[in-house]
Amino acid sequence: MPGKSPWKMAASLAAIALVAAGCSGSTSEDTETLPNSISIGIIEPSSLIPSNSTEANASQVLASLFYPLVRFDARNTPYPVAAQSITHDKANRVWTVRLKPGFTFSNGEPVTADNYLNAWNYGAYGPNAQLASYFYGRIDGFADLQSEDPDGTGPEKAPEPKAKKLRGLKKVNDLTFTVTLSESFAGWQSVMGYDAFYPLPKAAFSGDGVLNKDFGEAPIGNGPFKVKGKWSHDEKIVVEQVPDFKGTVPKIAGITWKIYQDLGAQYADLIAGNLDVETKLPIESLGSASGDLGARLGKTPSSSFSFMGFPLYEDKWKNPDVRRALSMAINREEMTDQVFLGSETPAKSFVSPVVQGARPNSCGQWCEYNPTRARQLYTAAKGPRDIKIGYNSDGGHKAWIDAMCNQIKGSLGVNCTGAPQPKLKVLLDKVRAGEDVGLIRLGWTMDYPLMESYLGPLYTTDGSSNYYGYKNSTYDSLVRQGSAAPTTAQSEKLWREAEDLLVRDMPVLPLRFGQNVFGYSDRVTDVTMDLYQKVDIYSIDIAS
Amino acid sequence: MFRYIVRRLLQMVLTFFGATFVVYALMFANVDDPFQALVGDRPLTDSQRAALNARYHLDDGFFTQYWHYVKGLLTGDFGMSLTGRPIAEMLAQAWPVTVRLALLSIVIAAVLAVGAGVLSGLRRGGVFDTVTLVLTLIVLAMPIVVLAPLAQLIFGIQLGWFPPTATRDANLYELLLPALVLGSLVVATQLRVTRSSVAENLRADYVRTARAKGLAPRRVIGVHVLRNSLIPVITLIGVDIGALMSGAVVTEGVFNIPGVGFNLFRGVRTEDGPLVVGFVSVLVIVFLVINLIVDLLYAALDPRIRYE
Repeated sequence: MPGKSPWKMAASLAAIALVAAGCSGSTSEDTETLPNSISIGIIEPSSLIPSNSTEANASQVLASLFYPLVRFDARNTPYPVAAQSITHDKANRVWTVRLKPGFTFSNGEPVTADNYLNAWNYGAYGPNAQLASYFYGRIDGFADLQSEDPDGTGPEKAPEPKAKKLRGLKKVNDLTFTVTLSESFAGWQSVMGYDAFYPLPKAAFSGDGVLNKDFGEAPIGNGPFKVKGKWSHDEKIVVEQVPDFKGTVPKIAGITWKIYQDLGAQYADLIAGNLDVETKLPIESLGSASGDLGARLGKTPSSSFSFMGFPLYEDKWKNPDVRRALSMAINREEMTDQVFLGSETPAKSFVSPVVQGARPNSCGQWCEYNPTRARQLYTAAKGPRDIKIGYNSDGGHKAWIDAMCNQIKGSLGVNCTGAPQPKLKVLLDKVRAGEDVGLIRLGWTMDYPLMESYLGPLYTTDGSSNYYGYKNSTYDSLVRQGSAAPTTAQSEKLWREAEDLLVRDMPVLPLRFGQNVFGYSDRVTDVTMDLYQKVDIYSIDIAS
Repeated sequence: MFRYIVRRLLQMVLTFFGATFVVYALMFANVDDPFQALVGDRPLTDSQRAALNARYHLDDGFFTQYWHYVKGLLTGDFGMSLTGRPIAEMLAQAWPVTVRLALLSIVIAAVLAVGAGVLSGLRRGGVFDTVTLVLTLIVLAMPIVVLAPLAQLIFGIQLGWFPPTATRDANLYELLLPALVLGSLVVATQLRVTRSSVAENLRADYVRTARAKGLAPRRVIGVHVLRNSLIPVITLIGVDIGALMSGAVVTEGVFNIPGVGFNLFRGVRTEDGPLVVGFVSVLVIVFLVINLIVDLLYAALDPRIRYE
């Protein structure tokens, strides 16, 4: 009878529980790490299919598995890597890519032009719903691969798109293909450095244009590393060097991408010596990081740009003087130092200075803190007495929004309040509906290192992220002319002229440019990070 | 007894479907535009949205969607998360570590709570009793969002006694620190209930009778007092097991354990309806089964309780 002795019963229950708790404990060491291999912390990637990845974590892992057509030098000029040469016609419309011979995928398949064309066609085909498909948007025929749902979210299904393959992609021979763009674009070579332009092996497809269901679990790439085993979700992705790799051979034998849910846990492992690189230190640890890490704390510029959009559909923001006055009322340095503890830098231009041709201080006097002049200008222009700042409350923005409001109150003597919305989508929906949400908190990260990656989407009339409704036809045509200019030098000149118009009109308040703030263990050395928040896997080495 | 269990199992089926329906409806009301979260600040194109909506049946009405879900559930198919992972696989990966963590912490908590609780109850007002009362008060007052990172900092990083994080196939030692932290959520209440229950039963008539019969004090306390005092504690432990499995969100996050709590949190944050409903469905079953076991244990502890 179990009821006879409660002690025995409790003891046996506890024993069962303990055995259950400990039973699979011995499996943790079954994948021992290679010598000369390092670990880098990431957050669980959303997908490891190149055309479906839009975030830094997936991009980081893919960079070890794939070898891009172009990489970027220290000045962000592209140079061919997997490509032998990339040439274009006079109008910058037809681009010819020649591949280096002798490259193979990690499963032994040779890399040919078909591998690129198949991958890009798959990524661009609307019904595949690949999240990075907008990267193919400039290729001729992209629109024919999309279809629209006739009744929005209603029951009717979207019809099949007109075409399955991009008209603009043509194979010339096994190692050569051409890309025809729908419009001239001088910077296309830089665009092709992005993840979406990696090739996929034949083994990835189970039919024409049908990707293997589990390809993303262990992608086969043309890069220096291959996945060992499979992607162990929420835990790790182990990659090891491909023998006889033809391109630049990294100095390390393998990488364990350790997956964390939380930057704080990642930081704890870094400090305890269980992790070699953390690419993004949590902001709450920044205060103690220099003490914890010493010289192993690194900062490099990233391409992220934080700004405030003026809802230009509101009359009170129509006067450029009001917008300029507000810009001068803000002390950007104080914000980046006090609130962001030096992890971001003050922004004084509309394009991040990390891209070639961009200037660090195009905004000039209008972005300098000058409360006296700001107040005069603001009063003369009859700026609104009440300022609201709309932001999404799920992104940790409250602290700096409140700080900024206090600066505005102090400089202009007006009332300023933060107006949180639960999510960015709610905020943007209200903006689209023309509601008065106040200033609009926004952020941007470039897709390719060109001024156009900021100027186009953010400020042109039909720009995908021009929520605030800036319209200036002279500006639009300057950006377009810049994209079509025959040389990059000419493009940059035209784009700088376009940016000067932004300085005159101040459609947004530039606030901060981001930095990669990373830390590493004493096991590794030569740790650098690029503009895309990725560790350079070719330069990182084991400390001797 | 047998009829009682059958009746309870039938009730469980109803409760299960009722609970999943409610959770499904709540998620349906909450989910607004989950795909936007996948691409961040960039707007999703109409073509992408149309394809994704069709894939996850998001453009159907509520009842059609629920029907799709239940149909899948009955054939053992939990559906796909919005990042394209099969939820059945995610459940299979997340549950073992959470169960191990919860069991380990409940054992630690129960042993501590019953042991110290009985001692305090027997020597009420003594030094040991006062000290435990103060300690439990501190533990009760300390929220887990403070306790977990603090324990990680002190024992994981500064003293280096335990690894600061654990993974999916963590061993007993790696799970010990998170289990201690998690157990602290419930140990104080369990201890206090044991203490007051023991103290109360010590004054009961049957204890006086037992003493008067001349029984050895060991037997009076070990059998008569303890057995009766454990009834409320067992109820509490049963409920706590469920609470620990669903409530390990913070602990699992801090110690990087990819278990149930973490998946639930991720599902809610990314508006991943199928993911949340899948995990909650299994949680509902766990709660129901544990409650049944607890009820059956009553009968074993207290002969006056009979089920028919």
